[in-house]
Amino acid sequence: MRTSGTSSIGAAAVACVLALGLSACGSSAKPAATSPSTTSAAGSGSARLSGSITVFAAASLTSSFKDLAKQFEAAHPGTTVKLDFDSSSVLVTQIENGAPADVFASADRKNMQKLQSKGDVTATPTVFAKNLLEIAVAAKNPKHVTTVADLAKAGLIVVLCAAEAPCGKYADQLLKQDKVTVSPKSREIDVKATLSKVELGDADAALVYVTDVKAANGKVDGIQIPTDQNVVATLPIAALKDTKNAALAQAWVDFVTSSASEQTLQQQYGFLAP
Amino acid sequence: MIALAVAGMLVFFVAPLAGLVQRAPWREFASDLTDPATRDALRLSLECSLAATALSVIVGVPIAWVLARTEFRGRSLVRALALLPMVLPPVVGGVALLTAFGRAGLVGQYLDRWFGITLAFSTWGVILAETFVAMPFLIITVDGALRSLDTRYEDAGATLGASRFTVMRRVTLPAIAPSLAAGAALTWARALGEFGATITFAGNLPRTTQTMPLAVYLALQEDSGSAIVLSLVLLAVSITVLAVVGRRVFANRALPASA
Repeated sequence: MRTSGTSSIGAAAVACVLALGLSACGSSAKPAATSPSTTSAAGSGSARLSGSITVFAAASLTSSFKDLAKQFEAAHPGTTVKLDFDSSSVLVTQIENGAPADVFASADRKNMQKLQSKGDVTATPTVFAKNLLEIAVAAKNPKHVTTVADLAKAGLIVVLCAAEAPCGKYADQLLKQDKVTVSPKSREIDVKATLSKVELGDADAALVYVTDVKAANGKVDGIQIPTDQNVVATLPIAALKDTKNAALAQAWVDFVTSSASEQTLQQQYGFLAP
Repeated sequence: MIALAVAGMLVFFVAPLAGLVQRAPWREFASDLTDPATRDALRLSLECSLAATALSVIVGVPIAWVLARTEFRGRSLVRALALLPMVLPPVVGGVALLTAFGRAGLVGQYLDRWFGITLAFSTWGVILAETFVAMPFLIITVDGALRSLDTRYEDAGATLGASRFTVMRRVTLPAIAPSLAAGAALTWARALGEFGATITFAGNLPRTTQTMPLAVYLALQEDSGSAIVLSLVLLAVSITVLAVVGRRVFANRALPASA
């Protein structure tokens, strides 16, 4: 039994949803400043930079980039650096599909190369840091994991990053080169999710970056892997061609690759020199 | 009015599906389809979602019956609790399941210590996560159907000497059958599409816990062509079930209550 009341409610519902959808589209447009003064030389502290940029960065850069962004914004009042952290391969897919990113910082060269080959980056990317892998275990190491070979122990619940993510590729590379066969219980979508499984007590061990163990601040213990058994992760950064604020994007890249920032990354966060 | 409806249909329903079909790599379709990883993910998805639906019906119908047919203080609170997973963000549901049933969880620590059972990272974990998010759909449908049902038929059965269980079996369930089927179909669809709760609680491992939505998400990072193929497969399965169930459910509009 249909009344005119029901059909007008339905139409109103459709109208509301459409309106919400359209307004969401509108609000996600970047409030980029396009004042001509921003085209002055980037990188110098006295340049009049303004507006905002969106930086897509690998999950392993979460704490460090948040810190650097605060420093940058303090040095350049009136600018905003928005950060989007995710697995590098997810970010690349999003950029390729038109996501509004101005700068991309990857956890490996491969993902950066995907963008390079499509011509999406403005200039040759700069490597600003390196990273190493480490075994994360529960605090006090109850399962007594001491070497990479221990990861193959029967009954040990090991989690790795998904093979599609850079940390997963590095983990597979490390296990292959050390000739250790591990049956992980799960392959998580990014390195932070992998670490969280150990933090929560659901996994006994995980292969994550040195910097992630450090960032966990005691919630997990790290078992160091000797350099000759380890793999080195290379982190490049580049401004993207489709940026709406080229000057600010380049200024951010220059800031991250400056020796001061690289010192911060190395001393406070555990990254290696590029 | 009609313009709005047409616009709504186009934007929300036609365009996304047309986009999938248009971007599908038809040349690689066959090879992507027969890829063992695809078949494993699809088989796991179907098995888990059907199990979750069955579990939802077995547990959900009694819950709905208690909510609809009994009166007790705090009933509206219980109803709200039973429907909570429907509005909870799925990943929050996953975290909640971990804190309850994970190895260090409220209940999970005893499961692990006394029985050696670990639900996280297992296929049963997937089923639990899917049931958690999907059961409210069954409860709300059956609850609504029971409340709109004329209880005089059940009372008549009782006065004629039937036990409560017989009344349920011979009078109530047949009367709400269309709603139950609709509820089960919704539940199944919700379970099949679950991503956030399963990846957080059950993890991601091919053949054990990597369901289709997870496979699509990961495929998107490597090869968007195969992600589109997987999406179309899932779409085809969903449409088929909707068509089969829909014909029976939406055609039968007559409920005893409207007589």
